[in-house]
Amino acid sequence: MKELRLMKGNEAIAEAAIRAGADAYFGYPITPQSEVLEYLMSEKPHERTGMVVLQAESEIAAINMVYGGAAAGRRVMTSSSSPGISLKQEGISYLAGSQLPGLILNVTRGGPGLGTIQPSQADYFQATKGGGHGDYKLLVLAPSSVQEMADFAKLGFELAFKYRNPVMILSDGMIGQMMEKVEMFPQQARLTEEEIIKKYPWVTTGKTPDRERNIITSLILDPAEQERHNFRLQKKYKDMQENEVRFETFDCDDAEYLFVAFGSTARICQKSVQLARKKGIKVGLLRPITLFPFPSKIIEKLAHQVKGILSVEMNAGQMVEDVRLAVGGDIKVDHFGRMGGIIPMPDEIVTALKNKIIGG
Amino acid sequence: MAEAFANELIKKENLVYEKTKVLTDKTLSYCPGCGHGTAHRIIMEVIDEMGVQSETIGIAPVGCSVLAYEFMNIDMQQAAHGRAPAIATALKRLMPKKYIFTYQGDGDLAAIGTAETIHACNRGEHFTIFFINNGIYGMTGGQMAPTTLPGMRTSTSPYGRDVQMMGNPLKITELVAQLPGAYYVTRQAVHTPSNVRKTKRAVRKAFELQQSAVGISLIEIVSNCNSGWKMTPRQANTWMEENMFPFYPLGDIKVDGELVKK
Amino acid sequence: MTEEIIIAGFGGQGVLSMGKILAYSGIMQDQEVSWMPSYGPEMRGGTANVTVIISDERVSSPILNEYDTAIILNQQSMDKFEGTIKPGGTLLYDPNGITRHPERKDINIYQVTAAEKAAEMGNTKIFNMVVLGAYLKIKPIVKMENVIKGLKKSLPDRYHHLIALNEEAITMGMNSVIE
Repeated sequence: MKELRLMKGNEAIAEAAIRAGADAYFGYPITPQSEVLEYLMSEKPHERTGMVVLQAESEIAAINMVYGGAAAGRRVMTSSSSPGISLKQEGISYLAGSQLPGLILNVTRGGPGLGTIQPSQADYFQATKGGGHGDYKLLVLAPSSVQEMADFAKLGFELAFKYRNPVMILSDGMIGQMMEKVEMFPQQARLTEEEIIKKYPWVTTGKTPDRERNIITSLILDPAEQERHNFRLQKKYKDMQENEVRFETFDCDDAEYLFVAFGSTARICQKSVQLARKKGIKVGLLRPITLFPFPSKIIEKLAHQVKGILSVEMNAGQMVEDVRLAVGGDIKVDHFGRMGGIIPMPDEIVTALKNKIIGG
Repeated sequence: MAEAFANELIKKENLVYEKTKVLTDKTLSYCPGCGHGTAHRIIMEVIDEMGVQSETIGIAPVGCSVLAYEFMNIDMQQAAHGRAPAIATALKRLMPKKYIFTYQGDGDLAAIGTAETIHACNRGEHFTIFFINNGIYGMTGGQMAPTTLPGMRTSTSPYGRDVQMMGNPLKITELVAQLPGAYYVTRQAVHTPSNVRKTKRAVRKAFELQQSAVGISLIEIVSNCNSGWKMTPRQANTWMEENMFPFYPLGDIKVDGELVKK
Repeated sequence: MTEEIIIAGFGGQGVLSMGKILAYSGIMQDQEVSWMPSYGPEMRGGTANVTVIISDERVSSPILNEYDTAIILNQQSMDKFEGTIKPGGTLLYDPNGITRHPERKDINIYQVTAAEKAAEMGNTKIFNMVVLGAYLKIKPIVKMENVIKGLKKSLPDRYHHLIALNEEAITMGMNSVIE
């Protein structure tokens, strides 16, 4: 029996976190993602699964709580929206440096500064290029439906522990606030401490006589050792590029033009594909699901097939840089975006394709 | 002759004191005369005496004791500057039966980490905070701390702390003692054998309180920084007694959830 | 079948919950749905709108520049959305508070005096259900039994005693459509 529910993206990811066996969630309210914490508090997960849920005093405290829990091998999550994610960057850098798994949800809003509470994709650079200080990468998943908000909570935890690396779910106000049909996966048991210690020998759960003490730190004062550590991290990011690229294509088989769009914009572009094809324009859509690792190879391949590519984003042109790098300069690549919380409409995307790529 | 005497002396039956195994054999990175080493030792001795090495997780700060995990032979995490109480909050909530402590200096706890300190105390988290207050930033080279005394010279208050310009020193221990979540708050020192004994009793009490989950315990240890203060260790201890203790008086501030009447 | 709807009015008229019940009804009969609200400060006392899509296929964009149906419940929304209805599409509105009635000739226009009917029934909160009834009379895209199931799913348990009243209001709306 399928369990179908109508849920907001923010609610779906909260429910999915409980079901994915999350041990803790630490957060701080900010629009448009406050429903995550609200939903969790109303669901009493401490009774359902024993999961810890706490409203922290700040985004900074919340990400450091993630650090503490992750260092004990727990599945820990936090969420925020753009300004709050900026506050978390220090903690995220420490997670990456200390090789800790953690799940971070960004329900992005327009910026810079306090910006607007409406949807935006202007945190693409921050999410995919590091964000905080030091050479590191997050594995970034970009859901484009409420169902994926739920599914990526589970996938996100799995990938975070697989690579001992923080995973970011880069969503936006549109995916967070909209409701769709969700099929919820069944409750997964939380790991016991015995299971955690067996699976993850690096955890700080108390030094037992049978092993040396475990230390979780990102401080390596010896430059040679720090560089070796950097190489280890880089190897991990390379492994992600080889193993974890995820994407989806729509109507690409006969496409003469291509939209590249992620998250909510990819949903809008699906409608734009339909509208354009009614007018006889053969356009397809490539939706990167992982923003890091970026699906460069498929874009390079499609670049040999199509005459031009339009990267559609709710920002001033961020992902388009990665598209250009993947294409390598043979065909026309341009960007169309709206900013400030304005969501581009399906028809204006078609117009942009005509003006910037076909006619241009 | 001397060697023969030494061999005669070093025998198991003559052993009166031994370094706890809960300290590693690594040479301390602290300056000679610094109180950190003593503070480390007595905390680790209590862990040893209570037999809870396998159940204790410590959080190191940023500051002189950033490398505390090199010396403490227990599982440890190293926190971002000031965030140790947030980390400890998560750890204690996820593992309520374990003994969790943070070890923080004055800059870490009372400047950059003020919010984390106050909120962890106010929530009444069930872990222990060890707060080493030496009135200066030692590791970064002797800059002004939130607890630097009025008139005290540091590299960023080279003519003495001018409270009109630089603000007042923060008695954060008295401040958190006011919070309902703080159960045991005390201020101690480690520069004399008698102070060491008192501090050790306080450490033991704080760890035992974790078993009954009654709220946070915070032990401030007023300590010296002879390098930062530019004094010999003995001068520093005397200066501490004459200047730090009047401003930061030693003794219990809150016991069993009740403020101690002075 | 794909039905793309905008429901627009004042915050507090039950615009969002009406959309939610409609979307849930779609799920109850195994259709794909999306519900995309306007959100933010404008919701509090200002205008509120929600785009609801019910389809046999996977829903593409949850926000749209044109709609099959617009359900309009105040003048600001009339000004904003009348022009966005597809030719041959549907406009349903409550004339209460409308100072400029729709002018388009290429769409089908219906009225429902829902505010009046709800007042007659002694409960202004069921206003949105009267509107929903009128809409379902014009476009029976979801079965009544699935609407009741949708109501049960979207209302918290403590309000389930109000389901009969809501059903009554829907029936009232169905019988009150003015062409």
